[in-house]
Amino acid sequence: MADVTLSNAEGKSLSAQQQRISAVGIFRLTDRVFHNVTFVAALFVLILLGAIILSLIVGAWPAIAKFGVGFLYGERWSVNKEIFGALSPIYGTLMTSFIAMLIAVPIGLGIAIFLTELCPAALRRPIGIAIELLAGIPSIIYGIWGFFTLTPFFGQTLLTAALILAIMVLPFVTAISRDVFSTVPAVLKEAAYGLGCTTWEVAKNVVVPYTRVGVVGGVMLGLGRALGETMAVTFVIGNSHTIAASLLSPATTISATIANEFQESDGIYRSALLELGLLLFVITFFVLAAARIMLMRIERKAGA
Amino acid sequence: MLFRSLASAAIVVASVVGASAADISGAGATFPFPLYAKWAEAYKKDTGNGLNYQAIGSGGGIKAILAKTVTFGASDIPQTLENQAKSGLIQWPMVMGGIVAVVNIDGVKSGDIVIDGATLANIYLGNIKSWDDAAIKKLNPDAKLPSAPITVVHRADGSGTTFNFTNYLDKVSPDWHDKVGVSQSPEWPAGVGAKGNDGVAGTVGQTKGAIGYVEYAYAKQQKLTYTDMINQDGKKVEPTVPAFQSAAANAKWSEATGYYEVLTNEPGAASWPLTAATFILMYKEPVDKAASAEALKFFDWAFASGDKMAEDLDYIPMPAAVVAMIKQTWAGQIKTK
Repeated sequence: MADVTLSNAEGKSLSAQQQRISAVGIFRLTDRVFHNVTFVAALFVLILLGAIILSLIVGAWPAIAKFGVGFLYGERWSVNKEIFGALSPIYGTLMTSFIAMLIAVPIGLGIAIFLTELCPAALRRPIGIAIELLAGIPSIIYGIWGFFTLTPFFGQTLLTAALILAIMVLPFVTAISRDVFSTVPAVLKEAAYGLGCTTWEVAKNVVVPYTRVGVVGGVMLGLGRALGETMAVTFVIGNSHTIAASLLSPATTISATIANEFQESDGIYRSALLELGLLLFVITFFVLAAARIMLMRIERKAGA
Repeated sequence: MLFRSLASAAIVVASVVGASAADISGAGATFPFPLYAKWAEAYKKDTGNGLNYQAIGSGGGIKAILAKTVTFGASDIPQTLENQAKSGLIQWPMVMGGIVAVVNIDGVKSGDIVIDGATLANIYLGNIKSWDDAAIKKLNPDAKLPSAPITVVHRADGSGTTFNFTNYLDKVSPDWHDKVGVSQSPEWPAGVGAKGNDGVAGTVGQTKGAIGYVEYAYAKQQKLTYTDMINQDGKKVEPTVPAFQSAAANAKWSEATGYYEVLTNEPGAASWPLTAATFILMYKEPVDKAASAEALKFFDWAFASGDKMAEDLDYIPMPAAVVAMIKQTWAGQIKTK
């Protein structure tokens, strides 16, 4: 506050009391400005979010009005007959993400525990950096890689898409788990070791319980990425509006459908695609909300 | 010294501005994209004017011209005259070419196997699931076909190639007509979807046991195995320029109102059954008249000096008489002044 000059209009110096009042006044003013600026910034995000939801609903309205709830469980996606049901993309989205998490979470936790508890110090940094690099690779690269290395073995199928997603979310789960695992106070672990615990017992009974909130956060972040991932999935999933019993059959996801078909869509077709987008929004919202509730439950239980 | 560098900078700026101002913008079919790309390159060399063509698929091309985001749209799906009139558009054929079925079977090379329309329809209906199916074996008694599952590859986006392909299957298979029909984006009974002709070509090249359909130039560029076909006359034909030409010769452009013409399943002993024309769509009364004039200059140039390049890529240029008709259509219908 060096630029605050404490003098009145006539240039006479003021009494100490007056000086203090005017200084406080200026501080109050700058604080209020600061408060308002940050508030507007926060408000902007909310307005933006609202605008996105609103424009999705407006765009999707013709399809919502025409197909109603049937859109959610209709399996048929016929562009030329203008019959649209979202069940197969919804199924594909949830199933690929679920399998991806099933694979990525145990492996990610394993890597994180190895890095924090067992890894020789010399290896810790290289492995850690490798994982962070993995998180930074653009999704299209994963798509191309999966197309050339995984599809020859698994074909363009739901399973291939799930495997690609597992690899993509692995660094998120790992990096966040590693960071939270390293916050466990050494005292706690040493005490457990002192009682004769094995490394497995320390990990299971001390490290993971102490950090579960952070771990769940990492898992949810990964799940968020898996649900919305588009390019990598489009490359390998086969883009077929079908629900098959086998994981080794082509499928589609909400985001892949939109990416493939939006460009040439119009009328009710475009509206149906926008409704798909809205559904993805809602699904992601519910997943994150469920994660929050789960976290609150865990915290309450831990507190009791 | 300073003056010279300033002058050269001014020249650079002028040429950049000049180039971007004259760039012709178009979007649509991936079917003729290899040719349009080659034409654009040669046109730039000849005239200094560039062409910005986005190969986003025929469906996308029609949407783009209706949204007026491009000067011309390109599509392999002919529009009826009423449709053209409704949106104030005019359509003409630009070039013709062949669609081929491409396969990826170990030990099978181009020319080794032949397929007919009914069998192709049954494969795409999901009725024929294995390469050693009796129907395929009957057509190919000498070929070594493995007992491997067939992976059907089709387009995931709205496609003019798909329109022509389903149009053919619809003509030759009553089953296909009942269950699927003709569409740029049909409800596929089987298979995996890929985006664009290049996407289908890539997927077939990458997947053992796959079958797909692409414009011939894509099969050639990516060295894919294509099949021979049995045509309407019951003769076995190879996908060659004379075979495409034989089918294209059946087109009666002078009688086709609004140049609406589909060239699948044409008669003739040498005719390739999956021949197609690709079209350009422009506004009769364009908003940006200068841009439309520039686009027409490009098409005029392409008709005049693009035939050799078209043939090099195995496309069939439009016959001179049809080109004369098209030019009359331009002069009479498109207002660029």
